[in-house]
Amino acid sequence: MGLELSGRTYDTDEEGYLQNLSDWSEEVANLIARQEDIDMTPNHWEVVNFLREYYTEYQIAPAIRVLTKAIGKKLGPEKGNNKYLYELFPYGPAKQACKIAGLPKPTGCV
Amino acid sequence: MSEFENDAGGESAGRIKKFMFVNRKAPYGTIYALEGLEVVLIAAAFDQDVSLAFVDDGVYQLAKGQQTKALEIKNFSPAYRALEGYDVEKLYAERESLEARGLAAEDLIVPVEVLSSTELAELMAVQDVVISS
Repeated sequence: MGLELSGRTYDTDEEGYLQNLSDWSEEVANLIARQEDIDMTPNHWEVVNFLREYYTEYQIAPAIRVLTKAIGKKLGPEKGNNKYLYELFPYGPAKQACKIAGLPKPTGCV
Repeated sequence: MSEFENDAGGESAGRIKKFMFVNRKAPYGTIYALEGLEVVLIAAAFDQDVSLAFVDDGVYQLAKGQQTKALEIKNFSPAYRALEGYDVEKLYAERESLEARGLAAEDLIVPVEVLSSTELAELMAVQDVVISS
């Protein structure tokens, strides 16, 4: 499978996660978001960028509980909770936001 | 984390078990270390009482300054630093294994408790589940 953007193809796995981390760009992120029916707002970008920073530091995509806690620590409790994150990413913050961020699917996510 | 029997509230929810994951192999060359770490993260996501022991060449998994470029394999050692965020804070390294390899606790990327093999054996004896890889 793959994504088409400006005449280039980006490889993805069968669930639509980018195969190569280095293929990621904001344009690719916007394309994945459109496929997920998500309109990217600054609040969405905040979570996506947070995930990319987390991955750079730890080399793994965090489980939802860990993501929620880490966001709460950095951005405050009004953002570090399930309700806020599920409003942004209705099909699962860890799953959808990781996909848009170009990361692998979080470990332990089914 | 173990002050609650379970956080789902239902009577059918399982009780928390003590899991110890024993890592005995070098980080690269086989898939054991990376796969073992994934299982740890999954167990932690299910709110189990998880501890990790590093024995034999397994202590190399925590060595600082891993350079994997020439192997064309991702250096996944930073992931051990994420364990704290998963509430996995009980990490043990066997003293004999460290000493045989010229390593000390300060050569490792995360804080560990250094235990003798006798102490580690006692700790293993009180686990519900011990998984070795």
